[in-house]
Amino acid sequence: MTIKGKVWKYGDDINTDVIFPGKYTYTVSDPAEMGEHALEDLDPRFRHQVKVGDVIVGGKNFGCGSSREQAVTCLVVKGVGAVIARSFARIYYRNCINNALPAITCPEAVDALENGDKIEVDLEAGEVRSSKGTFTFPPLPAAVMGIFEAGGLIPYTRKQLGIED
Amino acid sequence: MGHPFAEKILARKAGLASVMPGQIVEVAPDTALSHDNTAPIAGIFRKIGVERVAQPGMHVVVLDHACPPPTTKHAQNHKAIRQFVADQGIEHFYDVGRGVCHQVLAEEGFALPGALIVGSDSHTPTAGAFGAFAVGIGRSEMASIMATARIWLRVPESIKIVIHGQLPTGVTSKDLALHAIGDLGADGALYQSVEWHGEGAEALDMEARMVIPNLMAEMGAKNAYIPPDDVTRAWLEGRARRPYEPLLPDPDADYARVIEYDAARIEPVVAKPHTVDNVAPVREVAGTPIDQAFLGTCTNGRLSDLAMAAQVIEARKVAPGVRLIVIPASSEIYLAALDAGYLRTFVEAGAVVESPGCGPCMGNHMGVPAEGEVSISTANRNFRGRMGTKESDVYLASPLVVAASAVAGAIAHPRDL
Repeated sequence: MTIKGKVWKYGDDINTDVIFPGKYTYTVSDPAEMGEHALEDLDPRFRHQVKVGDVIVGGKNFGCGSSREQAVTCLVVKGVGAVIARSFARIYYRNCINNALPAITCPEAVDALENGDKIEVDLEAGEVRSSKGTFTFPPLPAAVMGIFEAGGLIPYTRKQLGIED
Repeated sequence: MGHPFAEKILARKAGLASVMPGQIVEVAPDTALSHDNTAPIAGIFRKIGVERVAQPGMHVVVLDHACPPPTTKHAQNHKAIRQFVADQGIEHFYDVGRGVCHQVLAEEGFALPGALIVGSDSHTPTAGAFGAFAVGIGRSEMASIMATARIWLRVPESIKIVIHGQLPTGVTSKDLALHAIGDLGADGALYQSVEWHGEGAEALDMEARMVIPNLMAEMGAKNAYIPPDDVTRAWLEGRARRPYEPLLPDPDADYARVIEYDAARIEPVVAKPHTVDNVAPVREVAGTPIDQAFLGTCTNGRLSDLAMAAQVIEARKVAPGVRLIVIPASSEIYLAALDAGYLRTFVEAGAVVESPGCGPCMGNHMGVPAEGEVSISTANRNFRGRMGTKESDVYLASPLVVAASAVAGAIAHPRDL
């Protein structure tokens, strides 16, 4: 599967309060509404201008802070194809796998890419391709590949429990 | 070659002879903690298509994040949770007013040496102060645990922080933890298990110990651990939910990194806006005017925190134009503070004393700042927008500094008053 879109480039330590503010955490449950708050304290343009397949590129420790899963789902709802970062905060990384949002650790891509760049992310080949170059990234650990391939933790758990769709 | 704590406990819980960092294991948690997010978690659980929670006895549900509920929507959320726990026979349910989930988990005897605890809250590592392996997880994973009673975990690398000597008077475990975060950075322990050793750590009482693993989440840690000892055992006497079997790291364990600090050289610090690792000595920011001071949260809302603040505030008044919000972290602490006279001290000084819960920590209610205002807080996060508006500044500090600042109307340490 290949993701195609534009880069939205941000810095280090992008925390989940800035991806999806805490004050909405119990009052906003509709996915579409969640998307309307995505990155609102960091980049007010994002939720209005992001297109399906666009990719967020961050520095180190992406997704640090609160464990709130909306910080992943609000991006999925907006059609974000992947997040590329120098490193990910642990719970955020798990939440990405569980929502089948590719969380790609690729410092070289982060160094080279700039806001607005057009890129392709090839998950099978493990490549990020752009006019700035082609960068490789390691595959997901085999033990959690099943979750990602099933489309997320819920469909995966249903499969594990033998629940028919 | 011996193993650090994280490798030993995950091997034990996974039923393996040993494990190594990077390995993925599947375990059954001893305790699974959730809070006001239990209703959305139940919603995800229902999507899995399973009727009954696999092990209701594993779950501990504590309402704390928006308590008492500030809006109808929040109240509907709580109502749904009450319905869910009743339907599913989840007996370990603590309703509005009992307190902040990490404190209640400890008081109710679930935070035990050798226990494997998961929680749908990023400050779940707090229970590591009791020698448990306690990690935060997301909502979908908690829903999956409800259905299957199991979860996959990646074995972390371990780092060791050794504290030599003793903290000086007027310097707290909050200052020690912030010092480490300022030194190592917000990703200084990314995805790692952080063990705290040494006489300086051992000298801390249980309440002071809990502050450290709580803050290690802000260093990117997966979990944090303080070796259980007589202090731990004494605190758990009469409280432990069940018999426990402490697990200690092997003396010859291999750590990715060993960091040493001299406690005697730690000074009072703040975390300046807008990151927890933006740490500076109090003396560098002393005199910065504040609008609001907040004493509470899972970080520093315990009896000893209230006691040290009350001692500073005794016979003094909160500065004109400044609000001091005080929130004991649990109903048990509230009553003890009441009996000790601390709550009277706070109210007589002009402070606002509120019911146990997370309060304004994440911008929900009970004292959020206005645009352009400066807050100083005993909480563990000061990200932009954290307390409800991105147009406000939040400093993090110890209860001593928060209390002194409330009186001075500007950032101060008690010795400057």
